[in-house]
Amino acid sequence: MTDTDLAQFHGVFFDEAAEHLAGMESLLLAIDVAAPEAEQLNAIFRAAHSIKGGAATFGFAEIAELTHEMETVFDRVRKGEMALSAALVDAFLAAGDLLKAMLAARRGDGASVDSSEVAALCARLRAFLDPGGARPQGAAEPPAPSRPVPAPRTVEIEFGPFDAKFSCADVDKLLADLRGFGELEETTAPSPAKRRGRAKPPAVRRFRIRTEVSATDLADALAFMADPERVKVAEVEPAPAVAEQTPPAEEPRAAAVEDAGFGLFVDPATVAPPAPEPRKEPAKVVELKAPAKPSAPAGGDASSIRVSVQKVDQLINLVGELVITQAMLAQTASRADPVLYEALFNGLAQLERNTRDLQEAAMSIRMMPISFAFSRFPRVVRDLAQKLGKEVELHTVGEGTELDKSVIEAIVDPLTHLVRNSLDHGIELPAERVAKGKVAKGTITLRAFHHGGNIVIEVSDDGAGLNRAKILAKARERGMNVSDDMADADVWQLIFEPGFSTASQVTDVSGRGVGMDVVRRNIKQLGGRIDIESAEGIGTRIRIRLPLTLAILDGMSVRLGREIFILPLTFITESLQPAPGAVRSLQGRGQVISVRGEYVPVIALSEVLGMAGERQRFEDGILVILEAEGGKTALFVDELVGQHQVVIKSLETNYRKVPGISGATIMGDGRVALILDVAYLVGRAHSRLEKAA
Amino acid sequence: MMLQERTQETAAGAALVAQTNEYLTFRLGREEYGIEILKVQEIRGWEQPTTLANAPDFIKGVINLRGTIVPVVDMRVKFALGEARYDQFTVVIILNVSGRVVGMVVDSVSDVVRLGPEQVRAAPDFSASFDTRYITGLAAVEDRMLILVDIEKLMTSADMGLVEAAVH
Repeated sequence: MTDTDLAQFHGVFFDEAAEHLAGMESLLLAIDVAAPEAEQLNAIFRAAHSIKGGAATFGFAEIAELTHEMETVFDRVRKGEMALSAALVDAFLAAGDLLKAMLAARRGDGASVDSSEVAALCARLRAFLDPGGARPQGAAEPPAPSRPVPAPRTVEIEFGPFDAKFSCADVDKLLADLRGFGELEETTAPSPAKRRGRAKPPAVRRFRIRTEVSATDLADALAFMADPERVKVAEVEPAPAVAEQTPPAEEPRAAAVEDAGFGLFVDPATVAPPAPEPRKEPAKVVELKAPAKPSAPAGGDASSIRVSVQKVDQLINLVGELVITQAMLAQTASRADPVLYEALFNGLAQLERNTRDLQEAAMSIRMMPISFAFSRFPRVVRDLAQKLGKEVELHTVGEGTELDKSVIEAIVDPLTHLVRNSLDHGIELPAERVAKGKVAKGTITLRAFHHGGNIVIEVSDDGAGLNRAKILAKARERGMNVSDDMADADVWQLIFEPGFSTASQVTDVSGRGVGMDVVRRNIKQLGGRIDIESAEGIGTRIRIRLPLTLAILDGMSVRLGREIFILPLTFITESLQPAPGAVRSLQGRGQVISVRGEYVPVIALSEVLGMAGERQRFEDGILVILEAEGGKTALFVDELVGQHQVVIKSLETNYRKVPGISGATIMGDGRVALILDVAYLVGRAHSRLEKAA
Repeated sequence: MMLQERTQETAAGAALVAQTNEYLTFRLGREEYGIEILKVQEIRGWEQPTTLANAPDFIKGVINLRGTIVPVVDMRVKFALGEARYDQFTVVIILNVSGRVVGMVVDSVSDVVRLGPEQVRAAPDFSASFDTRYITGLAAVEDRMLILVDIEKLMTSADMGLVEAAVH
């Protein structure tokens, strides 16, 4: 094996293997031990199998050995020859962890794994296979073959078509590795075109290999080394049937999957590799599948490419500039005569549509379902519950909710902390729960949903709830300024103070008082907020509110004097022109207006920003009703101008933070407009009202 | 052109830079000032900026400089020098200080001068419009006297209120 040639593929293998492992883990956690679904079992098997194929190719013997054992065990489970048990799932999870450590070590960012650990786990897996010691186990087998009794067969491999990315010469590099599988022979037809005295490189190259490995196994191994689109692997000679093979009648599910796999150019997601030894079938072609696919949960078979985040961000920035340019063009053209320049206007209208679509498409590249963050929690909860001797069930709701990738990445750590906290402090021990008249098994719910322009993520538990008296006592002990008649919501916010912990004992799980303040800081950095609801004895719900994306905003532009301001559309409920006298003063300080039977405080934008407006009387201008955390507010402005999608620019890059302003944007005419901070405006209106009241 | 030369010199050696410096000179009221040309990004004509909320009157607002939001300060207002008029002759010097881009309105831009160390004298304690903390020295060029200003220090100071730390 030529390490130098293969080293360039290592990164790909590590990435793919990590995905397979993650996929396998989530499947294992989701699986119903009593009645596993065939597709789930197949997917787990395929994940182990794909990792093995790649590991063997790159000469990672210990990884191949372990995955081989996993594969062997699971193959039997899959075929219904062995029952799935909780102990087996545990062993598989442990094996997955060990594989992760081994991969990290191979990658060079982890300590190397003790070989005795690998051997112990292999033995543990083998014990499942062979409880009575009746059947000899093939531990000494070479890693690649997956059948216990492999039969020699001839497999034809076709490479091509070739281009700059995958040239004829690249194939030569792979040959050395292919020879590792068996006897290799090139069968490429001699190039018919020998014009201009130079041999033209063949469009495709064919090889025949005499091997014990099945076509599917070979395809898997090759998938790590070459573009799956460019390689075809086919078995040319039917191998003799093997004793292992179970008659199709006994496994109708598996047979159905195979049948789907016997056509040419099979949809990779439906292939169950390695298919049992072929009966008297004609030559079977297995389209080489992308290695990421088999481990994807059922249904997630969309093909994908890997692109660096930088490239995506660059694209999004460029699209943002394009949107501005398009708006400028539209503004300039609006002065022209629509009759004379009809074609121009049509073109511009189309440009606007296209830009909008392009922008949406570009933004959606960064959007990912939150299941990427949620998927790790079943494991976290399972492990921690076992450790703490608690019974906990985890529910996840709304995993398909999409949000920006950078937001997902930033939210994982805070969420983990909250879930661990809920488990450690929230959920009581089973006996305690029963004594309180609750079911012994606690529940933690992770929920995600869209709300306006925000995404809301909730972590709730049905545990003990926060203890108000304890928190207040702790706050006093720390010399904080608190009083007994504080609102609950304010008391709960105290737990976000640095170094605040009411846990009676520090565990290695949580309770050191670091963390909650970090959680709140992280959320705030993302432009979000965090709230707690809690009832003693009933449970706690922590709600995180985050902006969906950090770059673009749907806004309503309003005018005040000469300036244009942007209000985020998601906060606006309605706008109205008040009748004279509709706005009433409240005890001489605040002003309110009755909107649909509800009294809403009125605040003038000119007053908040210290700028002169044009309209002095309320009935001459417009009241925009805003709704944010903490209630509604009517904002008085001169007039409404229009609706725009704006690219958010930071004011703080070259200036400082301005209260009441959350950012800036560039309008169609090239001028800067400021984006108003609605939460600030609403908060200000209400605090004034409270003072007045 | 000048900027390019300057950059090449910088690359040639820091010692050289310490000896000879190029300054952009501008007028404010009756005084003439010099700032290091390396801090100057470009010079633009006046355009009406977007007014900022609750800002002191010398901060005229923000402008769109090819997609970047840039605050503009009027030194004439800041230092109460004459009447601040805004017309086609008003110039804005776009500065690049401490990684920030800031626009500065002055009465007029004069020229670029090259000063050797022998031309620069320490600033005596005199009354200029700028606090002496920001004055690095005085230079005599023919019959003119230039007040050399550390524009980076001035623009990031609490007096200007342009940076976050200055607010508190």
